Amino acid sequence: MQTQRPNALFRNLTAKIAALPMIATALFVFVGCTLWTVYYSFTKSRMLPSDKWVGLQQYERLWNTPKWQIAVENLLIFGFCMMILSLVIGFVLAALLDQKIRFENTIRTIILYPFALSFIVTGLIWQWVLNPDFGIQQVVRDLGWQSFEFNPLFNPDIVIYGVLIAAVWQGSGFIMVVMLAGLRGIDEEIWKAARVDGIPRWRTYVFIIIPMMRPVFVTALVLIASGIIKVYDLVKAQTNGGPGISSEVPAKYVIDMMFGNQNLGQGFAASTMMLLSVAVILIPWAYLEFGRKKHG
Amino acid sequence: MKHETALHNLDQTAMTASQPSVSIKELDLSFGAVDVLKGLNLDIAAGEFLVLLGSSGCGKSTLLSCIAGLLDLTDGQIFINGQNVTWAEPSERGIGMVFQSYALYPQMTVEGNLGFGLRNAGVPKAEVKERIARAAKILQIEPLLKRRPAALSGGQRQRVAIGRALVRDVDVFLFDEPLSNLDAKLRADLRVEIKLLHQQLGNTMIYVTHDQVEAMTLADRIAIMKDGKIMQLGTPDAVYNQPANRYVAEFIGAPAMNFVDGKLSGTKLSFADLSVDVADYPFQSAPGGDLNVTVGLRPEHLIVGTDQLQSAATFELTAEIVEPMGADTLVWSTLDGRRFRVRLDGQTKISAGDTLSVGIAVETLNIFNAATEQRL
Amino acid sequence: MADISYPTDARGAKPRRVMTKGNVILWSTLAVILAYYALPLYVMVVTSLKGMPEIRMGNIFSPPMEITFDAWHKAAFTACTGLNCEGLSRGFWNSVEILVPSTILSIAMASISGYAIANWRFKGSEVFFTILIFGAFIPYQVMIYPLVILLREIGLFGSLWGLVLVHTVFGMPILTLLFRNYFTSLPEELFKAARVDGAGFWGIFFRVLVPMSLPIFMVALILQMTGIWNDFLFGVIYTRPDQYPMTVQLNNIVNAVQGVKEYNVNMAATLLTGIVPLTIYFVSGKLFVRGIAAGAVKG
Ligand SMILES: Nc1ncnc2c1ncn2[C@@H]1O[C@H](COP(=O)(O)OP(=O)(O)O)[C@@H](O)[C@H]1O
Ligand SMILES: [Mg+2]
Repeated sequence: MQTQRPNALFRNLTAKIAALPMIATALFVFVGCTLWTVYYSFTKSRMLPSDKWVGLQQYERLWNTPKWQIAVENLLIFGFCMMILSLVIGFVLAALLDQKIRFENTIRTIILYPFALSFIVTGLIWQWVLNPDFGIQQVVRDLGWQSFEFNPLFNPDIVIYGVLIAAVWQGSGFIMVVMLAGLRGIDEEIWKAARVDGIPRWRTYVFIIIPMMRPVFVTALVLIASGIIKVYDLVKAQTNGGPGISSEVPAKYVIDMMFGNQNLGQGFAASTMMLLSVAVILIPWAYLEFGRKKHG
Repeated sequence: MKHETALHNLDQTAMTASQPSVSIKELDLSFGAVDVLKGLNLDIAAGEFLVLLGSSGCGKSTLLSCIAGLLDLTDGQIFINGQNVTWAEPSERGIGMVFQSYALYPQMTVEGNLGFGLRNAGVPKAEVKERIARAAKILQIEPLLKRRPAALSGGQRQRVAIGRALVRDVDVFLFDEPLSNLDAKLRADLRVEIKLLHQQLGNTMIYVTHDQVEAMTLADRIAIMKDGKIMQLGTPDAVYNQPANRYVAEFIGAPAMNFVDGKLSGTKLSFADLSVDVADYPFQSAPGGDLNVTVGLRPEHLIVGTDQLQSAATFELTAEIVEPMGADTLVWSTLDGRRFRVRLDGQTKISAGDTLSVGIAVETLNIFNAATEQRL
Repeated sequence: MADISYPTDARGAKPRRVMTKGNVILWSTLAVILAYYALPLYVMVVTSLKGMPEIRMGNIFSPPMEITFDAWHKAAFTACTGLNCEGLSRGFWNSVEILVPSTILSIAMASISGYAIANWRFKGSEVFFTILIFGAFIPYQVMIYPLVILLREIGLFGSLWGLVLVHTVFGMPILTLLFRNYFTSLPEELFKAARVDGAGFWGIFFRVLVPMSLPIFMVALILQMTGIWNDFLFGVIYTRPDQYPMTVQLNNIVNAVQGVKEYNVNMAATLLTGIVPLTIYFVSGKLFVRGIAAGAVKG
């Protein structure tokens, strides 16, 4: 017989125990490891983590390293193009598929299958398709256009666009699915009302449907953005950062520093910069999401 | 400009001829292998309020979409104001439409919603403004013009949706269950407003609903549909008092009509131990010989108490369940093995187990051929 | 002033021309797009079926004149990475050994966590959950090194189980979200009724929720199987070379610096690595789409 009010800590005890792995993950990995890295980015760590505090020195050195500068520049170009292309292609494809066309399922299957493949596979496929001696460039030249030049993987100026082509190929199908779900979620009667009003289809898309899909666009944007920052495997497989260091990206810089160059401090500082850029994207978004929910 | 001319044409033709405002001829519609509407004919007079009534899935919305031009017909023709509009775009047909989900453009203000179609059709700014002002005045939504739909109540949204049809200055209004998303009280209020609007504007209105109260109160004529066919087209009085077949009889009226199996020989109707002379019954087609029939008796048409002197026949029932509902009381019993309902005045004192004497009047009987289910 | 003409004999469906401008634009756009998505796979398949002399001669789009599976055989069993010449088969089995426990463990952990949060809210549960979701956005690079230290401390670094643990941890946010959303969407009466009937935490989970949640478990399974199979980063960091998963081995084979490039073998190897997720994708069809859409849109 229990007469006392049970201790609050022991209420739902099983549930709490069952949730321990999740709590541990949240605290030790996501909070703990992150803080650890941020802290050690201010130290003189090289081969091993060191406790010697050096302030912002690692960051100074980081921003003076050409490899990092190129990595950041690449990420900006790649990120900007990836966002625009994914959104535009994803939306246009979704809108095309939404026209009640025949073979919709087949077409969707074809567009989405690259998303099932790993970045390593994606990178290797496009390494082959863009191969200057056998790939697209050679095929076009064989057709008679001898001066045709399309060799992104061996041209430092445009190599990042070669990576971009592969990334869009892999990821835009997924954005299309997200957009299609958004389009299908729009009240059928809105379309009918617009037709009764005599509004042409493209105008309905531009002035009514796209504004209504704002949350879907924001979600898609966040998904794309968080994927962009993580780009590592694709570059690793397709170009391995080359030619030279012209297709380096921050994520690869971090891994190279930590596990190749035995320069942990640089790795920590670079990864902290990555974290910072995610925060810059994520916090306003979370704020918007949160604000939206609060206002009903 | 295009839009303008169309309206102009329609106005002229409407004035010159006393033809139906909307006319549907031999309409077939199927979705793939599913035939939803089959050989449907319907003429709607100018200024008439027609209600399409039927249970969910019977094809009411489909029919309305055909009239609006939102669906391609499989076969048949549609005329509006004498023009064959079968192939015309919805916006060229001179119709306005109000939807169940309101279908307002959420990112635009009320004003933007009302004016979007007009501005798109190239109507001059001043005129757009004027038409919006007039519609807003009629619907009393002037204070709401600057608001977004999200900031409106359900009733206000529906008014804006009606306004969007109103500014189009058309002769035919189509409503697809416009009140279904509202709560009961608002629904009653807006029902009255739609009726007032109709009296004020005098347009043709075609109104889809599955709610028979809405249908009875609003309609000049009701078309009761089942499985893509019109079962009866008539005034509210006609569908209530002279249902054309058993389906309509059962569908209209709450509580529903009682049915008893019977036999008709000449003018002698016998059912459940009773025998009634029905010489006074307004037969539509006089049957010859013996016929199996179904007799329909409305719970509210049964005579109890002192009036029973006028009854053609009386019988006794045992009250099994009594449901007092304030204004009236519903008594459940059994006749000839079937549930039988009697509606009494709310003040009647009766309790379960009591015996009730019930009389019937010949003119309130409904006699259906048991085989064809058609009214006799 | 163009007048609207109403053809007086119009009847039935409006006749539609198949070759309207709109349709031509639509289908030619689609054709270009489909080529972009479909051709690379085609190129891989035909390349892998050609011999090296033919590859050097012809173009990548031409179908093989003579089909040979030598490249596939070599890719699977004799291709070399460094000193090791066992082909991809070893990587394949390594990946299977990683995939099975990782998938099971991560789904088990996440479904239980999602259930605890959805149905047994306790003080702080939402806070931990929020941290978890935000954690999904933290670049792995930030947590990779401290995790190496953690795993070394508990003696799992460089072992299969260390990698399994890493997959479980990083699969946690999205899966927990998936399960939490699903369990929240179930009618609460169900849960209450089970409690009134005397079922406890585990009883409700195993006897009421799990049997009616098979679709969501399928979705999670698809998500995890493709995700873990396709992983490269964790595999290369947390395991030793003899345990490298297939993706890592593939990259090492194809991007090997020494030796003559054998494009047909490379393509066969790439296809071999892609076959598992592609099979999952083609077989699961709608569920795959539902899975990624649910995982993404609801976030
Ligand atoms: N786009 C469609 N494709 C196939 N069947 C449909 C479609 N729209 C409606 N139907 C079918 O047509 C029938 C009539 O639908 P509807 O007109 O919406 O009924 P309601 O009378 O409830 O408005 C229903 O059985 C419905 O399932
Ligand atoms: Mg309907």
